[in-house]
Amino acid sequence: MNDSQPDNTGLSRREFLGRSVKAGVAVAAAGGVGAWLVGRADRDVGDEVVRLGDYAAAGMAGRMSIAEGTDRATMLRRSLDAIGGLSAYIQRGQRVLIKVNAAFATAPSQGATSNPDLVAELVRLCLRVGAKDVIVTDNPINDPANCFRLSGIGAAAAGAGAKVVLPKDSYFRPTTVEGGRLIRNWPLLYEPLEGVDRVIGVAPVKDHFRSGASMTMKNWYGLLGGRRNQFHQQIHNTIKELAMMVSPTLVVLDGVQTMTRNGPTGGSPADLKDTRRLVVSTDQVAADAYGATQLLGLSLDDLPYLAKAAEAGVGTTDYQSLKPVAVSVT
Amino acid sequence: MTIRTARRVTQVFFLVLFLWLCVVSSSGDGFWQRGGWPVNWLLQLDPLVAVGVALAAGTLTVGLLWVLATFVLTVLFGRVFCGWLCPFGTIHQAVGWLGRRRRPLEDRIRLNRYRRWQSAKYYVLGFVLAAAALSALGGWHSSAGSLLTGLLDPIPLVYRSVTLVVLPIVDGGLQRVWITARLADGTVLMGAIFVAAVLANLGIPRFYCRFVCPTGALLGVFSRLTIWRIGRRPEPCTICRLCEKDCEGACNPASDVRSSECVMCVNCIVDCRHDAIAYQVHKSPGEITGPDVSRRGVLVSLVSGLVAVPILRLGGRLTSNWPAGLIRPPGALVEEEFLNRCIKCGQCMRVCPTNVIQPTGAQFGIESLWTPMLNNRIGTSGCQLNCVACGDICPTGAIRPISLDEKLGRGEFADNGPIRLGTAFVDRGRCLPWAMDKPCIVCQENCPVSPKAIFIGEVYQTVRDGVLTVRESAPDRLALAGAAWSEGVWASGDYYVKGVDAPDDDRRRIVQQTSDILRISPERPWSAPPAAGSRVAVQVRLQQPNIDPDKCIGCGVCEHECPVSGLRAIRVTAENESRSPKRSLLL
Repeated sequence: MNDSQPDNTGLSRREFLGRSVKAGVAVAAAGGVGAWLVGRADRDVGDEVVRLGDYAAAGMAGRMSIAEGTDRATMLRRSLDAIGGLSAYIQRGQRVLIKVNAAFATAPSQGATSNPDLVAELVRLCLRVGAKDVIVTDNPINDPANCFRLSGIGAAAAGAGAKVVLPKDSYFRPTTVEGGRLIRNWPLLYEPLEGVDRVIGVAPVKDHFRSGASMTMKNWYGLLGGRRNQFHQQIHNTIKELAMMVSPTLVVLDGVQTMTRNGPTGGSPADLKDTRRLVVSTDQVAADAYGATQLLGLSLDDLPYLAKAAEAGVGTTDYQSLKPVAVSVT
Repeated sequence: MTIRTARRVTQVFFLVLFLWLCVVSSSGDGFWQRGGWPVNWLLQLDPLVAVGVALAAGTLTVGLLWVLATFVLTVLFGRVFCGWLCPFGTIHQAVGWLGRRRRPLEDRIRLNRYRRWQSAKYYVLGFVLAAAALSALGGWHSSAGSLLTGLLDPIPLVYRSVTLVVLPIVDGGLQRVWITARLADGTVLMGAIFVAAVLANLGIPRFYCRFVCPTGALLGVFSRLTIWRIGRRPEPCTICRLCEKDCEGACNPASDVRSSECVMCVNCIVDCRHDAIAYQVHKSPGEITGPDVSRRGVLVSLVSGLVAVPILRLGGRLTSNWPAGLIRPPGALVEEEFLNRCIKCGQCMRVCPTNVIQPTGAQFGIESLWTPMLNNRIGTSGCQLNCVACGDICPTGAIRPISLDEKLGRGEFADNGPIRLGTAFVDRGRCLPWAMDKPCIVCQENCPVSPKAIFIGEVYQTVRDGVLTVRESAPDRLALAGAAWSEGVWASGDYYVKGVDAPDDDRRRIVQQTSDILRISPERPWSAPPAAGSRVAVQVRLQQPNIDPDKCIGCGVCEHECPVSGLRAIRVTAENESRSPKRSLLL
């Protein structure tokens, strides 16, 4: 060692202390980050569970009307008048959501989706009684944009003054049906429902191989997201829970034509039959019971979900007990 | 305004136009999405697209005649397509400028000197054109040519990179164009090449244009005919090389001017302090007009191109070893013809409303790389019955423009039947009702054709441990010995009970069930309930899907909807697709 060379091995005391402090801080910081990460609860990836409210209008339970005819708009107006008028169900300034069936990217003539004229008329009526907003939505099975375009619902609803909401990924929040066993922590199309006061379901009457028929209760399926097809393993309990999930203000069951076969997609005019009925009811079970027995020619026994929903207190399968008002539009 | 400003304005215009055309080629309800935009215009101006398709397919679509405009432009003014129009070139130029702007002058001049490797692009061009030209000889050999230009052609490259990589990432966050995040499988290599090509400019400006671009090479060959060109007058020139500090083409304007490399960026004209450089008609002394290629090099690239396709096809992917998983969009030509036309631009994938058309990865070989295939697990819903958007947009006719009538086999096409993309096959080992005694039948429900191509076999299957002895019975109620079920498992509406040796009309639906009691509907009680001590079976009613191959169009909606979400229990493969009679399934 040559003492005369500036020492590049030794350290001055000041430099030593300085470096020691830096090293100490670095070690302590690394240790701190480690200690903070260990034992940290798993990051919460799920959103808060949301629940739908009760959208029924006070004092209007158990109403039902059945119109006969072919002009859906007039039938709807007359039916609503027959059960007290829409203003009895929607107060001025309320926000209304109309859940249509836009499941398939097919033309209105195929009858696989809610009729656009009917939806447009309902939108206009809601606005006329003073609804602040009318939202029309669905989470379809086929490509959503195509469904709303080809079914004619998108243009008809928007033209009548509604806001059409397509189901963006970010609109879904998990929901759990109270008293349910299947729909638990399941993605629900919640964003358009947030802050809504009234919900009206509009559905056609359709043959459905798995469940027997798709009407107003099955229509709520379009509020679910995720890999909802798994629900077909327990379709009847699922439809029951869907009916438990949504307490609508009204349901509109469109049986002017009934898809009697090849449902729920249809695809040919031969799959449709003229049945000339439109049902408006506060009771979705009663409306579907009417559709099953009077329009599709089934028995209540053929649709186990009806009895299940009735047992769960959603409504009654004995639609006659509601003394439905008959309306003729011919 | 200097000519440089004019060039910059033009470049920005075409870059913005390009991005806009990428955004609007989507089907949606936005006012900007409605048809009518010339979304393929830049592809149609690309000379390599038209030359490649003409060589490989022997025919052109009308839109590709725009190439004549590019040729006229090049013959008059030089490679303005590269320096003024090409959006990929503009991106390179911008990034290259960022990379060198703080560097010393001599570095910048060095970066923009001509390099011998710039001739590589001419060999790339020779390779892909030879591979395409082999098709023109077609017929004499089953392994004729193939259109490989799309792999490196800059306009298809920048189209697919922006529409399949960049925009899906941007829109995945914004969700302005689509309501669900767009996916693009097989884009790892695509994205890597794009990013590498863009970042390479930080090392050498316009790296891709100078060394790789076959379109630039094609225009370089034709620039020999150019009337106006960049020229240097030796008289006032001091060889200060200031003209080379921003020379985009690396064409040596300070010395011998390689006009085939010049992309007409005109920086040299503006940068010259001595008024020695001009845009002129006559050639300057020492100008090198042709590409810097050797006869041997050209021969090697042509021969490689000629043998490449036959080698690629030794795998038999067009004959006996055709890949069943490669499902082409509706209207796609028969595979040989399809490969002669597809430029891998990704327009069909961009416009597809459901996102089901995906770029093929490397799994089916280089020829199919980035060509369109259907992946029914991706997207919102298989191939939509009432949609022909892909054939409508395809710039080269690899996917024919078909009408809805033709697609669905209606009207004048009724005799042909609908266009089939393939056939769905049920995997009975994975299907819930077939393999696991669980009700499902989602596939049948969603089958969009009428009458449905999926039909049902109904069976009643005795459940596991489902044969029990009756302890006590009533017309609508059975108590069973040894049962200890959880409440309600057999009461979902799909389960039945019947006497083991009783006739089938003895079967009753279970409506309620506790740990050892079964109730049936009181509407249909037994007249003679199974006696105590006799055995009964709990059965599940199953609807098992079967395919009618005469009806199935291979749209893939069933596969998309199948709840077996990993490897689907019903899957479409290309058997029986309409475009290939050789792949038919039925007599």
